[in-house]
Amino acid sequence: MIKFYLRLFVFMCSFSLFGQDYFPSNTGVIANNSNYTAFTNATIHVSPTEVIENATMVVKDGKVVSVGKSVSIPKNTTTIDLTGKSIYPSFIDMFTDFGIKKPERARGNGPQYEASRTGFYWNDHVMPEQDAMTSFNYDSKSATEMQKLGFGMVNTHMPDGIVRGTGALIALNNNADNAVRVVDGRSAQYLSFDKSVAYRQAYPSSIMGSMALLRQMYHDANWYADGNVKTKDLSLEALNKNKNLHQIFEGGSRANLLRADKVGDEFNIQYVILGGGDEYERIEEVKATNAPVILPIDFQMAYDVDNPYLASTLALSDMRAWNQEPHNPRLLAENGITFALTTHGLKSKKSFSSNLMKAIESGLSKQKALEALTTVPAKLLGKSDVIGTLKAGSYANFLITSGDIFDKKTTLFENWVQGTQHIIENMNVKDIDGDYTFNLAGNSYDLAISGSASKPKAKLETGDKSLGNKISYVDDWMNLTFKTADSTKNEFIRIIATTKDGNSLNGKATLPNGNDVSFYANKTKKDDVDDNDDKMKKDEDDKDGEVTMMPVTYPNLAYGFEEKPKAETLLFKNATVWTNEAEGILENTDVLIKNGKISKIGKNLSDGSAKVIDATGKHLTSGVIDEHSHIAAASINEGGQNSSAEVTIEDVVDADDIDIYRNLAGGVTSIQILHGSANPIGGRSAIIKLKWGESAENLVYDNSPKFIKFALGENVKQSRSQFNARFPQSRMGVEQVFVDYFSRAKAYDEAKKSGKPYRKDIEMEVLAEILNKERFISCHSYVQSEINMLMKVAEQFDFNINTFTHILEGYKVADKMAEHGVGGSTFSDWWAYKYEVNDAIPYNAAIMHNAGVTVAINSDDAEMSRRLNQEAAKSVKYGNISEEDAWKFVTLNPAKLLHLDDRVGSLKVGKDADVVLWNDHPLSVYAKAEKTIIEGVTYFDLARDKQMRESIQKEKSELVNLMLQEKNKGLKTQPVKKKEKVLLHCDSMD
Amino acid sequence: MKKNIINIFSFLLCSAIAFAQQTPAPKQNKDFAIVGATAHIGNGEVIENSIIVVSDGKITTIGPEASTPITKQAMDMIDAKGKHVYPGFIVANGTLGLVEVDAVKASNDLSEMGMYNPHIRSIIAYNTESKIVESMRPNGVLLGQITPRGGRIAGTSSVVQFDAWNWEDAAIKTDDGIHINWPNSFSRGRWWLGEDPALKPNEDYSKQVKELAEFFNESKSYDKGKKAEKHLPYEALSGLFDGSQHLYINVDDEKGITDAVNFAKEQGVANITIVGGYESGNITDFLKQNNVSVFLRRVHTRPESEDDDYDLPFKLAKQLVDAGILVALEPSGQMERMNSRNLPFYAGTTVAYGLTKPQALQLITQNPAKILGIDDMYGTLEAGKSATLFISEGDALDMRTNKVSHAFIDGRKLSLETHQTELWKRYAEKYSRKE
Repeated sequence: MIKFYLRLFVFMCSFSLFGQDYFPSNTGVIANNSNYTAFTNATIHVSPTEVIENATMVVKDGKVVSVGKSVSIPKNTTTIDLTGKSIYPSFIDMFTDFGIKKPERARGNGPQYEASRTGFYWNDHVMPEQDAMTSFNYDSKSATEMQKLGFGMVNTHMPDGIVRGTGALIALNNNADNAVRVVDGRSAQYLSFDKSVAYRQAYPSSIMGSMALLRQMYHDANWYADGNVKTKDLSLEALNKNKNLHQIFEGGSRANLLRADKVGDEFNIQYVILGGGDEYERIEEVKATNAPVILPIDFQMAYDVDNPYLASTLALSDMRAWNQEPHNPRLLAENGITFALTTHGLKSKKSFSSNLMKAIESGLSKQKALEALTTVPAKLLGKSDVIGTLKAGSYANFLITSGDIFDKKTTLFENWVQGTQHIIENMNVKDIDGDYTFNLAGNSYDLAISGSASKPKAKLETGDKSLGNKISYVDDWMNLTFKTADSTKNEFIRIIATTKDGNSLNGKATLPNGNDVSFYANKTKKDDVDDNDDKMKKDEDDKDGEVTMMPVTYPNLAYGFEEKPKAETLLFKNATVWTNEAEGILENTDVLIKNGKISKIGKNLSDGSAKVIDATGKHLTSGVIDEHSHIAAASINEGGQNSSAEVTIEDVVDADDIDIYRNLAGGVTSIQILHGSANPIGGRSAIIKLKWGESAENLVYDNSPKFIKFALGENVKQSRSQFNARFPQSRMGVEQVFVDYFSRAKAYDEAKKSGKPYRKDIEMEVLAEILNKERFISCHSYVQSEINMLMKVAEQFDFNINTFTHILEGYKVADKMAEHGVGGSTFSDWWAYKYEVNDAIPYNAAIMHNAGVTVAINSDDAEMSRRLNQEAAKSVKYGNISEEDAWKFVTLNPAKLLHLDDRVGSLKVGKDADVVLWNDHPLSVYAKAEKTIIEGVTYFDLARDKQMRESIQKEKSELVNLMLQEKNKGLKTQPVKKKEKVLLHCDSMD
Repeated sequence: MKKNIINIFSFLLCSAIAFAQQTPAPKQNKDFAIVGATAHIGNGEVIENSIIVVSDGKITTIGPEASTPITKQAMDMIDAKGKHVYPGFIVANGTLGLVEVDAVKASNDLSEMGMYNPHIRSIIAYNTESKIVESMRPNGVLLGQITPRGGRIAGTSSVVQFDAWNWEDAAIKTDDGIHINWPNSFSRGRWWLGEDPALKPNEDYSKQVKELAEFFNESKSYDKGKKAEKHLPYEALSGLFDGSQHLYINVDDEKGITDAVNFAKEQGVANITIVGGYESGNITDFLKQNNVSVFLRRVHTRPESEDDDYDLPFKLAKQLVDAGILVALEPSGQMERMNSRNLPFYAGTTVAYGLTKPQALQLITQNPAKILGIDDMYGTLEAGKSATLFISEGDALDMRTNKVSHAFIDGRKLSLETHQTELWKRYAEKYSRKE
């Protein structure tokens, strides 16, 4: 506490006392300081692009009055000489929760589906009315911490909720009150994909739900603004009020940055987005967003890889991240992406400076670094006129340093904010580094002092004898205690001395016998030995900086491509060709692939430009299509409501999933990523091609057919939950959910088509597409009663169900299904995993097929999906399906069910060249995919796979070596971790 | 009230599940011969155009048709020209009959509470009436080890055949071995205490190993004493020390395997099998030196790390077999009971990734029989051994051709009908009606 007052006292002596001048004072006379302060003879970085040597800056009332080589200095000026020193604008961190008390986590039992609040938006996690200032308390401790890093200004906000309300721009001025420090109390609006911890409302439970919620919210805000809502919604009012503020979005990763930008673009909002530090992995996509990025630099420490067992569990992608992350800021700069730096995400704020140095060593230019800390955040906050530079009129927020602020050896002396001085290191301390000789009690001593500015060290010798000692140096007073040369005794001599100019030390010494004698030591040599040491160290450091960045691959993990592969002209000679067309299976046949399409099928084909592949004894088929997959997605279920038609998996496709590669190795070329089965009306599908290395956006089919997942039975009625909290809880209720939603969608569509104004409702839009036969349903289903039910509901609304997926009791109503015209996409032999699959039989596919239903075999499982050829073969075993038809169960039939059979699913001239070369009969358990090709591009090749295994091992051992070097240098390491891939199923609740 | 409703519900569930099982076949009362088939012996050998004579539940003769004269009048002849005969497949480390429906708790008898449960015996809960058990037979899976799960020492397994009235009937080797779950080398942070939930090296590993060693030591001390006061768990371990029981250790990582084998050797356990063994391919020499066999984890799984070879789970069997290690396949994992009928296809997949077909067959016949200690009677088609075998129309390791027409356990001719075939036939008939 005493310390605290002491510090405050120091600051009272500063020069920025401008307060709320209309406030009465009862503590004395009102005495405003209207003097000037001039900083002279400094190297002044007015802005990242303007440096003036030997310059002067004049400050008054917390602002810069003038700056330049020859500025007039008024008479009532206190002058501070900064010869040899530099001035920089102080840094700005625009993504903090500085001084904000975070809410407590809400507790309660079981899921809560309804909102807690009334008079606000229907979703508790949307809180645009929240105001950071109401929970703000200036935190001098963390302010001091930030000042030491060079920050003078932070934008703070309540880091809680999807829409978080307004943030505030705060000057880190320890000697002022909020009236002065708060530069803007409504400086920006903050958003994220993460729910509030203060509320328990279940929706949204997934990132795609958060995206959908934001979209609906913007629609609702417009509807509200137009005066269409008779009731009060304080959230939407606040949202509309905040519309013209800067919108700052907490993405937190490259993938979420892209997602946030996508939502913003749909409403003409350009968010400033917090990145994840992994932008370099697909930098061109980040660039294409045009979004300004707030960049964390929470670089990882090297892993502790001494133990080979543990080290072997590290994934290449995690090891690469350690090597590559420091290059992220450079790569953003090189790609012309606007970015500001933030301390956000750092476990210890102290590591900001060392990480910044690391980024600079990795090639980030000093100018860009300074911009990212000053002018860029100032501009992104719309405050370039008052912060970010030291132009006249700006706040006097500046740093005084011993030199180049981005040099490791530079000392940051002072951090001035709004004209208030915060001393970090005493800049007037005299440098006593150097060599001295002195005599005491008849002995001559040699003393070498180094590091006196911060951590003084001394070497003391008499004759040839080195003496143990302790030295301190504070406020120009040196205190040296050392052991006498007589090693038989345990005796000490203590010296206390001060210096005037740093060239001599003057004081007294207390001898072991208690006698005081005068002490005088003259500097014989300046500290160049030490300089040499430093120079050597610097060379070493520079060498560290040269650590090469491992190549970034597409995707940036094992088996990724260093360069995205290109389409080729390929001629397969002499294959057994499974056409899936009237021609059937053709022996000894050639297939030519050109421009991504099947160009020719026949005998003795030739093409001068083609790469010829001898397929003698091998089988060529169209690629396997999985109608029901959950790989390559960041989330699968939005279970926060019983209908979630507003969400789409296309928002959350994950192009960096290793299971894409493994699927390719199993001959799979297309999949439908379905929403899960948490609710009766699920979300929209993403239908993708497994173009390993491409962006998420490029995986999705062009002009993709529109699909949505529905679900029935145990999962949607939450049979395994102990809470009966959400309608429906029975199959009876499930039907009513559909009837209700379709009735409302019908009314909605009619209102929309009538031309009158209507509240845009994304969920209803999607359901209306179904009624208008523009979107198709793939419905998770098990027992015959519910299968029958859904067909009847659809017929009632005059449309057809497109596909029943799982459909394990389809065989019981196969005739009805054929009549309705619905397809069945089923498991080959799964059963016994829950009660509703009691009557599941492996003959299901065969019975449905024989009844005239279009049948597909699907996986719903990342493991099975890479062996779908084997699963198709089970239909030959169970139910005697012909081999040709069984093969169609995993190729042409799913293509038909997905309305893609005009593009894929068979080998037909003109169709997409999505083909697989098998070493054996494709239905055989002994078959292996040798090449998997999509649109003429070879995405999987057994030969390349073999090479990759070797190069992965090589790269990992290189990285291990680099990490060992880092550890040997004494740098901190972190324990290894085991990367996990969460396997998503229908039932996965996120 | 609510509880009652749940109980009634569970009761209904159980009774619904217990219907309509196939009646166990009667004892063989007439000799028969299978003539003309390709006989896959299970020991690596194949006899084309074979003749197999079965009498009183045993194979009396097996050999090439041409050189094996028999008296045809006295027996039934099964013409199997162009077909294939295999020894009944054996599912090691299985859990059939312990759970009927995964998601229905009332049907689950898989594991007991507590950490050290060697006295917990799977045979007690083995449900011969399981609809899943009967569904094994049409795929040629006729025998299995029934294994409890969970805890550090999960319990004691038994080996059964899949056509029985009750568990006593079913048992062919009771209490064959003890199953240990070796401590994990990685553990998860407790997220609810604010720890990082990622997998980090397990700090309690040594402590957990020591605890296990103490349990073994105490059991041995107990064994030597007068046993004045019964200690069921300690007593249950005694078979490991006198060599009458086998020790199965579930462990995947290289270091864990090394520690586990050294542990078992130090404890004086003679018969050791590693179960799982994901990284066993890295230490084949060590396994070989220590004469340790492996129940290799389910072939149809994904690699554990994104860096691993995509086909690692497929090719691991080849790696171990080439190194001369005794390997059998095990099915544990997601939906393992119903998936146990895919055991032949797990073996088939190892052929695509390196093994020969006869080698792959050994993984589910002779090798598990040897490890389980039932090879005197089961696992191969040899004169004097049990006639536990089946006839398939084609290659039984390939789903495309696995079509079982006859199956026998101890010479008894099994029904190949199941709950599933009955439903198939019922609905096939529905659609064939002209109504």
